[in-house]
Amino acid sequence: MTHAPALSGERTITPSPPRRTNLAKRKQRLAAYLFLLPFFVVFVAMLVVPLVYAGYLSLFESKLIGGEVFAGFANYARAITDPAFLGGLGRVALFFVVQVPIMLGLALFFALALDSARAHGSKAVRMLIYMPYAVPAVVATLMWGYLYGPDFGPIAQIARAVGFGTPDFLAPESILGAMMNIVTWEFVGYNMIIMYAALRSIPAELYEAAEIDGAGQFRLAWSVKIPAIRPAILLTVIFSVIGSFQLFAEPSLLNAIAPDAITNAFTPNYYAYNLAFINQELNYAAAIAFLLGIVIAVVSYVVQLGEQRRERREMRMS
Amino acid sequence: MKTKTRRTALALVGGAVSIGLLLTGCSPSSGGGGTQGPVSQDDIDEAMTTPTKLTFWTWVPDIENEVELFEEKYPAIDVTVENVGQGLPHYQKLRSAIEAGEGAPDVAQIEYQYIPSFVLNESLLDLTAFGGDDLAGDYVDWAWNQVSPDDEVWAIPQDVGPMGNLYREDILAQAGITTPPATWDEYATAAQTVKTATGSYISNLGATQAGQMIGFFWQAGAKPFGYDGGETVTIDVNSEEAKKVAAYWTDLIQKDLVSTDVDFQDEWYQGLASGKYAGWLTAAWGPIFLQGTAEDTSGLWRASSLPQWQAGDEISGNWGGSSDAVLESSENPIAAYELAKFINNDEESAMRLATEQFLFPPQVSVLEDPAFVDQESEFYGGQKVNQLFAEISDTVDTDFQWLPFMDYVYSTYEETMGTVIADKGDISAALDDWQDQLVTYAEDQGFTVE
Repeated sequence: MTHAPALSGERTITPSPPRRTNLAKRKQRLAAYLFLLPFFVVFVAMLVVPLVYAGYLSLFESKLIGGEVFAGFANYARAITDPAFLGGLGRVALFFVVQVPIMLGLALFFALALDSARAHGSKAVRMLIYMPYAVPAVVATLMWGYLYGPDFGPIAQIARAVGFGTPDFLAPESILGAMMNIVTWEFVGYNMIIMYAALRSIPAELYEAAEIDGAGQFRLAWSVKIPAIRPAILLTVIFSVIGSFQLFAEPSLLNAIAPDAITNAFTPNYYAYNLAFINQELNYAAAIAFLLGIVIAVVSYVVQLGEQRRERREMRMS
Repeated sequence: MKTKTRRTALALVGGAVSIGLLLTGCSPSSGGGGTQGPVSQDDIDEAMTTPTKLTFWTWVPDIENEVELFEEKYPAIDVTVENVGQGLPHYQKLRSAIEAGEGAPDVAQIEYQYIPSFVLNESLLDLTAFGGDDLAGDYVDWAWNQVSPDDEVWAIPQDVGPMGNLYREDILAQAGITTPPATWDEYATAAQTVKTATGSYISNLGATQAGQMIGFFWQAGAKPFGYDGGETVTIDVNSEEAKKVAAYWTDLIQKDLVSTDVDFQDEWYQGLASGKYAGWLTAAWGPIFLQGTAEDTSGLWRASSLPQWQAGDEISGNWGGSSDAVLESSENPIAAYELAKFINNDEESAMRLATEQFLFPPQVSVLEDPAFVDQESEFYGGQKVNQLFAEISDTVDTDFQWLPFMDYVYSTYEETMGTVIADKGDISAALDDWQDQLVTYAEDQGFTVE
C-alpha cells in the first residue's frame, strides 16, 4: 500500500526512467523475482494448496458410517440455509458495524493527537496505546475473562462496592459487547500506528499552505490530514473486515467461562472449527470456510469500491 | 465409499510395511493386524528383546516414572512419551494422525467414553490375541466392561472415577447437620437448611458438565447410550430415570439452593476455596484435586458416598477415568501391548500411579492393598478417603455404554442442557432437545438408531 494515490496529480508527473541496456534490465528483473520467490513459495504452500484442498473437500460428503461420497454443491446449499451459519454471519456483521467505527475512530483520534505534537510525552503514550497489541489475543481474552468475572472479577467487585449491583458481562445479551471491548482494546494501537505513520509522511508544505490560508488544528486535521491518509484508513478498514469476520480466539476462549452465552456457531469461523473437530463434518466445515472467504472478499471489495467511487467523485468536483 | 477404498489401500500399504519390518526385525508369525491367532510366549520373548522404539501419547503427569520401570524390565524397548494435550486436543491430534495414515503413536491414553469412536473407525487393536482377556479378573467388573463391552478387548483400564460426595463438615455443622445426607430427599432438605443457616450452596452443578450429569444418570439406572460396535446405536437420554434426575436438579436450582457456575474455571475454584459451595459431588479423582485447589480449607472437608434414591441402597455412578489402548497402526503391536499392560497392571507401576499420580485405581489388587486403602488424609480430617472410594467403586453399575461420537454428545449437552441449567430453566425439556439433536445427528451420520 502506498500513499501516493491520495496526492493524485503527483502520480502523473513521474519522470520517465533513464535508458538502460537490456542486459541490466533483465538482471534487475531476475533479482526482483528472486526476492519475491520466498513469498510465493510460502504463499502457494500455505495458502493456495490448502485452499484448493479445502475447495475439493467441500464437494464431498462424509459420514461416520458409509464413508465419503461426491456431493457436488450440496454442502453449499446446506450452508446458505443453515440458521447457525447465517446467525453467526449476522453476529460478526453486527460486530463489524458497531465495533470497527469505534475502534478506528479512537485510533484516528489518537493518531491525530500524537501527530499534532500537542500532547506531552507522546512517545510514552504511543507505547502505552500500542502495548495491548503486543499481548497475544489468547492472553488478552483470558485476562479480560478474569476482569469480567461476576463473583471475583475486580469490575464486579468495584461495582458492588459502590452499590451498582453486579454487572453481568458474560450474559448472552452482553457477551458480544464484552468481546467488542476486548478487540478494541487489542487493536486500537495497531491501527493507530498505521495511521500515525501515514500522517508522518504528509509533506510539510501542505501544512504551510494551509496555515497561510489560516487553518487551525481542527481544520488542518479535517481538510488536510484525514484526506491525505485516506488510503491508510481504508487499509485499516479492510484489515478490520477480515479480522471481524474471522473472529475466533475470543469466542472460543470465552466459551470456557460463558458456555451458555456462546453457542458453537457464535461466529462462522468458530462454527467451522466445531464442525470439523467436534462434529467430524470436515467437508461441511470446508464449505463454510470457503463461503466465509467469499463473504470477506465481497465485503472488502465493496468497501474498496465505495472508496474509489468517492475519490473519483471528488476528483471530478475539484 | 471413496474414503473406504482409500483407507483400505492405506491399511494394505501400512500392513505390508509393518509385515516387511517384522520380517526383517522379528518374528514373521506376528502380523501387524489384529486378526491373527494368539501370540505365543516365544513371539513375546522375541519381540521384547528386539530393539524397538515405541511412542506413547498420554497426558498423565510424570508417567515417565512408570515408563522407566518398563524400560528397566525390557532394556531393548525404547519408549518416547509425548503429551499432545489433555482431552479433546489429544483426540483431535490422534484422529488427524490416524486419518493421515502416519504419525500416530503405538499406545495412546483414551478415556472410556471415547473408546467406541476409535473402535468405529477400526483404529484400535483388539488385544485378545495378545492375552488381553486374561486380565479381566484383575479389574473391577464395571471398569473392565468399559474396555471390553463384548468379546474384544480394546484397552487396559488405567483409572476410574466412581462418584461420591465431598462436603464441608464445618458448614454443614453450622447448619446443624452432623451426618451427610443419605438420600437425595435428605440432600434437598439439607440444601435448604444450609442455605438458610449459612448462605452457602450445598453444592454446585456445573452448567456444562456433561460428565457429572451422566454420572448421576448412571447412578439412577439410566442407560442413555448404547453402541453395538457396528452401525447401530441406542440413544435414550430422556428416559424416565434421566427425567427423574433432571426434575430433582431443576427443583434445587430454581429454589436457588444449588449454584450452576461453570466448573474448573477461576470463579469455581474460588467458590470451592471460599465456602460458596459447602460440597462437591465428584468422582474418586476429586479428593486429591480439591486438596490442591482449596489448600486453606484443609481439615474441614469430609467424604461420603453419593446420596441414594432409595434409603438403604448403595449405588454409585462413574465420572471420568481412562485407559491405554494400542493403535491398529502400530508396527510393534506386541511390545505396544506389553507397555499398555505393564503401565496399568504391573504391581509396582499400578501402585505408583495410584499413590504418586493419584489416579484412582481400577485394579482389584491395588484397591485391596493396605498401602493404598489405609492412607489417612489430613485434608479430610484423617479420614481414609481411598478406602471409602474403593468401597464405592464396587457399587457402580457394571453396565454402561457410550456412543461412538461423544465429542458431539458433550458439545450438544452444552448447547441444550448447559444453557437451560445456567438460565435456571426446566432441565427435563432440555433433555428432549438433546435427545432430538443426538438422534438427528446419528441418522445423518448413517447410524441406525434404536
